[in-house]
Amino acid sequence: MARMKFLCDADRCIDCNACVTACKNENEVPWGINRRRVVTINDGKPGERSVSMACMHCTDPPCAAVCPVTCIYPTEDGIVLHDKDICIGCGYCFYACPFGAPQYPKVGNFGSRGKMDKCTYCAGGGGPEAPGSAEEFAKYGSDRFGQGKLPLCAEMCSTKSLLAGDGDIIAQIYKERVLKRGYGSGAWGWITAYREDIKV
Amino acid sequence: MVMTLLSRLRPLIVTIALLSIAATVPARAQKLNPDGAPNPTASVVDEQTLLRQAPRIEGRIDIPDQKAAVLIQPAGRTWVYFHEVLLHRGGAIVIVGTVVLLGLAYLIIGRVRIAEGRSGRKILRFKAFERFSHWLTALSFVILGLTGLNITFGKILLLPVIGPDAFSSVSQAAKYAHNFTAFSFMAGLVLIIVIFFKDNLPERVDVEWLKQGGGFIKNKHAPAGRFNLGEKLVYWFSLAAGLAVSVSGLLLLFPFYGTDIADMQIAQVVHAVVAVLFVALILGHIYIGTLGMEGAFEAMGTGEVDLNWAKEHHDLWLAQQLANQDRQGQPSATPAE
Repeated sequence: MARMKFLCDADRCIDCNACVTACKNENEVPWGINRRRVVTINDGKPGERSVSMACMHCTDPPCAAVCPVTCIYPTEDGIVLHDKDICIGCGYCFYACPFGAPQYPKVGNFGSRGKMDKCTYCAGGGGPEAPGSAEEFAKYGSDRFGQGKLPLCAEMCSTKSLLAGDGDIIAQIYKERVLKRGYGSGAWGWITAYREDIKV
Repeated sequence: MVMTLLSRLRPLIVTIALLSIAATVPARAQKLNPDGAPNPTASVVDEQTLLRQAPRIEGRIDIPDQKAAVLIQPAGRTWVYFHEVLLHRGGAIVIVGTVVLLGLAYLIIGRVRIAEGRSGRKILRFKAFERFSHWLTALSFVILGLTGLNITFGKILLLPVIGPDAFSSVSQAAKYAHNFTAFSFMAGLVLIIVIFFKDNLPERVDVEWLKQGGGFIKNKHAPAGRFNLGEKLVYWFSLAAGLAVSVSGLLLLFPFYGTDIADMQIAQVVHAVVAVLFVALILGHIYIGTLGMEGAFEAMGTGEVDLNWAKEHHDLWLAQQLANQDRQGQPSATPAE
């Protein structure tokens, strides 16, 4: 069974934000929510690197562990999905997430956060809606994964910095790149998300 | 002669030595790649180095949401360990342990009776407004406690019983109840702190009360004013715990108002730990006010207590009250109906 992961090769990322735009368009993500974002470290200094980050679909996902209504769960492909019908908008997943993935449509106080929203790996929702249905699309966005496609952010990436797919395969691709070009700033977030690193 | 020459040259020697060290640093950093180009990652600090320097990695972001500029904060995993392991185990031990201890107290000590029996004469202990403040806080506390326990233990205890859909509806309602009842609790807390402040200040008689076993030793009389040391401890612990849960709760209720995710994790830890201890304290308070002691509940129920109960538990207060009433020419106690 494949284990789906994301890998951002920061030495290739040019901070073009195409992945951010692709995600917003493909999934019709509401205003104020960015399921994917690009963060630039050491901006304007030597060693500047940009990293595209979204839900990493962690191994042993912390969000799923703390969810008081257990609406978040990993699928057998390792994709972390959630059921918005069950979500109560308590905010625990967003305290727990190391990557700032869970977000809420309302910024109001007094607990009026609304249903949590995050990257679904373009695999639809974790609720009872039929895969690929209009109801599912309205709540969670596209189910490309059900059609055998990878997340659009990675597919759109102009420099092929952002990789999506089976963890072993994308780790192998990254390893070959690092060996060929002779450098690599590492697989950002992998130790925190998957408790493993890519040794080159 | 040689020595003076050396001492004159010393600044020069030092400068040359420093320059040669400085020169080797960039030379080492600019090691070349297989294709002969300079290595662009030589100046890059990798993720683990950054995480050793600071608990999280932050950068610049193009989108308007500047909070999203935090790239990685592994502390989330630590918070999960607190919430799912330490809090579940610790909370269960403290709350179940308190219930067991109170059960044992009931079995061993039993209900503390009014030794002389009821006199049939009553005296006002808590005015209507004092009782209102108490019950406003008490009712809010019960709602907050139950809904708070639901969000921590509900998925273990309640979810398997009623199923995910019903549990989600219950928890959604519980969340709103928790968030809004917080304000009536805080109002009640402020009232209680103000109303009962003076009578809860420590006095010399508190030491004597403790020496006499706090009224739990049958043949010893423990003297006390309006509140004995046990009640005063409930007051001061409630004040401290109430303020702690209120402040941490408000921080959680207004996310990102002067806090970030790391602060909210700490606020949640404080909120949960203090709340569990607070529940244990109040369980003890409820036990003594109802099952544990005859004649105690009516003080907060009707507001009037039996004269003999007052004599046994709050003799100094009773004497003072009776003296006050005599001075005002009123009947010394209202007859029972």
